Amino acid sequence: MPAPPQLRCCDASGCRSAGSQALRTALEAAREAAGLQPGQLTIKPVGCLRLCGSGPLVACDRPGQSHLFGRVAAEQAGALIAAALPAAGSDDAVPAATGDPLAAHRLDLEAPFFALQQSVVLEGCGQVNPDSIDDALSLGAYTQLRRVLEECTPEQVRDEVRRSGLRGRGGAGYPTGLKWDTVALQPPGPRYVVCNADEGDPGAFMDRSVLESDPHRLIEGMAIAAYAVGAERGFVYVRAEYPLAIERLRLALQQARSRHLLGNHIDGTPFNLRLEVRVGAGAYVCGEETALLLSIQGQRGMPQPRPPFPAQSGLWGAPTLINNVETFTAVPVILREGGDWYASIGTERSKGTKVFALSGAVVNTGLVEVPMGTPLRTVVEVIGGGVPDGSPIKAVQTGGPSGGCIPSERLDTPVDYESLLELGSMMGSGGMVVMGPTTSMPEVARHFMGFSVNESCGKCVPCRAGTVQLAQLLDRFVERRATPADMERLDALCQMVKVTSLCGLGQSAPNPVLSTLRWFRHEYEAACREPSACVATGRVTG
Amino acid sequence: MSPPLSAPGRRLRLATVWLAGCSGCHMSFLDLDEFLFDLAERADVVFSPVGTDAKIYPENVDIALVEGAVANVDNLELALQVRERTALVISFGDCAVTANVPGLRNLLDGGHDSAKAVLERGYLELADATGQLPFAPGIVPELLPRVLPLHAVIPVDLYLPGCPPSAERIREAITPLLAGERPAMEGAAMLRFG
Amino acid sequence: MSVVTLTVNGHDVAVPAGASLLEATRVAQAGVPTLCHLDGLTPVAACRLCLVEVEGSGKLLAACSTAAAEGMVVHTHTPQLQEFRRMAVELIFAEGNHVCAVCVANTHCELQDMAVSVGMDHSRFPYQYPHRSVDASHPQFTLDHNRCILCTRCVRVCDEIEGAHVWDIGSRGGHCHIVAGLDEPWGQVQACTSCGKCVEVCPTGALFRNSDTTAEKQPDASLPALLRSAREQHRWNNQ
Repeated sequence: MPAPPQLRCCDASGCRSAGSQALRTALEAAREAAGLQPGQLTIKPVGCLRLCGSGPLVACDRPGQSHLFGRVAAEQAGALIAAALPAAGSDDAVPAATGDPLAAHRLDLEAPFFALQQSVVLEGCGQVNPDSIDDALSLGAYTQLRRVLEECTPEQVRDEVRRSGLRGRGGAGYPTGLKWDTVALQPPGPRYVVCNADEGDPGAFMDRSVLESDPHRLIEGMAIAAYAVGAERGFVYVRAEYPLAIERLRLALQQARSRHLLGNHIDGTPFNLRLEVRVGAGAYVCGEETALLLSIQGQRGMPQPRPPFPAQSGLWGAPTLINNVETFTAVPVILREGGDWYASIGTERSKGTKVFALSGAVVNTGLVEVPMGTPLRTVVEVIGGGVPDGSPIKAVQTGGPSGGCIPSERLDTPVDYESLLELGSMMGSGGMVVMGPTTSMPEVARHFMGFSVNESCGKCVPCRAGTVQLAQLLDRFVERRATPADMERLDALCQMVKVTSLCGLGQSAPNPVLSTLRWFRHEYEAACREPSACVATGRVTG
Repeated sequence: MSPPLSAPGRRLRLATVWLAGCSGCHMSFLDLDEFLFDLAERADVVFSPVGTDAKIYPENVDIALVEGAVANVDNLELALQVRERTALVISFGDCAVTANVPGLRNLLDGGHDSAKAVLERGYLELADATGQLPFAPGIVPELLPRVLPLHAVIPVDLYLPGCPPSAERIREAITPLLAGERPAMEGAAMLRFG
Repeated sequence: MSVVTLTVNGHDVAVPAGASLLEATRVAQAGVPTLCHLDGLTPVAACRLCLVEVEGSGKLLAACSTAAAEGMVVHTHTPQLQEFRRMAVELIFAEGNHVCAVCVANTHCELQDMAVSVGMDHSRFPYQYPHRSVDASHPQFTLDHNRCILCTRCVRVCDEIEGAHVWDIGSRGGHCHIVAGLDEPWGQVQACTSCGKCVEVCPTGALFRNSDTTAEKQPDASLPALLRSAREQHRWNNQ
């Protein structure tokens, strides 16, 4: 019997804020009004359908074909139910354009936004019902965990991950296999796995989408990692600002425990794993791994000098594997398709795919997964569709407050760890903010510096006091009362904060300034005025 | 540093200036005792609250020791004049260098506009029933919103910290200047605040 | 005892294995400045004044929290390091309310001395004049937040040596401040034994005895090292 037609309704945060819950209720009512049983037409809540800016999104699956609808209001529920049903006496799935009440809502799945994406990490996002372990299992969840526990030694698992060339998706790009080996090869004793889901960069929502859309895949990835490094306990550290992600993750953990996919003797094997959720309390710095580990242990989240690295001495002094959501989530596919398959995607040094959260002055806002090495221009102009009013892109901000602005003339750069660093930005976790021609670069720099001022933990002097002074210097440029001496001071202080701060946050806090100084220095120069003119206000400072 | 001081035989034109400070630095200057005679052999004091009756800051000054922070419009006007008419400006003492004690009023009202806050505190809150804000346009100079160190309003050539800088420190700083050289401002004897 | 040998500013130095880079630089009498570090307390690498350059490391390392390793080639006073140190001290002066002339620690202040040793004749960064309070609720001591540089020596000495953990840090970034107990007035914190160690190790005039006035504080920051060696090695310096 062919599967009944189904409507997949995005129920992730983005579409929820656009009214997807009311829409689903309306769809269920419309189905009933049409005299249909749930078995005849499935209405399924799913995770992210990618084009977040056009929510609420609904995908309509009929045998052999899928359609996507955007900005669907509850009033269109009836039309959507009708569209999901096989058209009477006709095989034509798309009704004639005339009189099609959904014409304005149809999204072209062949458009570059969808066609150029390659779903690896996001494979299940938008397909699976995040609240249902049965649905996840029917789509293959935990297959690799079970296989690995039965067939593979931990060494074999690590070997596969090493061969995949996967690098940490939290931003720094440390080779994942190497990190797993480091943890696994520590002297015998307890060890931990930790998932960093404290996604705090403004403009980044990849991890949230994964957690809300396909939590079982993350759990499976973490369980495989725990097996590979010999850990029996783990934590997922999620920021409190992600209530839906936390709710779904907790439910998924509970479901996995009840199916013996977590806990003692997982799937009848000797492998045990206890996974718990830890909720952050709103500090950006807790995304820094040493601060995150302190926070899990109930202490104030402040970065510690490294070494020792968490892989040697992390939670309660034990070797601790800490990876980002996207990194763990890539693991099940890597084991299913093989490390070599994964390594065949991407570039020489950056393998696989990367998920980006595309936002800002861009037509298509949403979640994008592309092979590493895809030119930035393809991502923002072809997939993203460029600036809505057709004006040229001025810059693309990647890496949030730790990253930088890449000017339009460098958009042909392939997206990989090294290329972005070379441009003075960084991969970061994957936030990508497009800026149009009217954006003022000193203002962008000030915005991010304000973020760093608020989020500095206050432990080390350069970050605590230096960012405050940098923000005030930037104020002077934004308010067009800067002097040439301010320019010198800005350069020098950026350098000092970058080189002398204790943790990655402070070290990268000047990046938004440094990169805009590098590519848009003329905007800063234009903001300088005569030193003598400053005096009259009595607000000058030396 | 522009070297105006090298012309052999020419007498230097020296000024000392008193902005918002307690005049302790000037007292310390007077503590130079017999060195003042050596100084008088090399330099003319052309403007000083303790050395001349001049009311107008003259042109073509070689060295100015500027005591005090910049706290009111008169201070600001004089500081600008000093800079314009002086080859070498020295921030003389902690008030000029950091704003020091006069700068403590910046703590009132978050430091953005402490003028109103300090006047209200001094003339109204702490006054008896007859308290009133001083109002004498053109006679009593208006306070600036913030007390500033000297280098915040004009470029400064040399910093001579201390509260006050000891006579010895002043002498060690001035002596090389008289010879057209820049003093080595290092070590606790020359640099310490307070 | 195994030993590591390394080079500090061109001098060969041998230190016991496990010694910090800071200890190694001391053997070479390199004069690496420190503010947050104190012998006898766990290093936190927060003030960043002890950063040194180690050839081949690619980034500056905090001498207090880095172990000396065989063959390291260390430079402690490159022009860049000296400039960074001066900037750090200027930033510290600018972020608090440090008025040496009227401070209880005047002439016995490590921050005041540090300004001299890094050659700070003025601050290029405008003073912030933050609004901070004074906690005079303790019968013997006072905490003046205006003069606090957040070195956390008091936090550590109270936790690690006295075992009372009266002090900790509240808030974050520029709003960070030392808190007593559960952010209570110090005098109400029952855990406080009034031992005064925090006062002795405070590098500035932030913590002082009520009997001291301007320039009268005479701290003794050697206490933690003394007590730790007494406890752990049963070595007393009066024996």
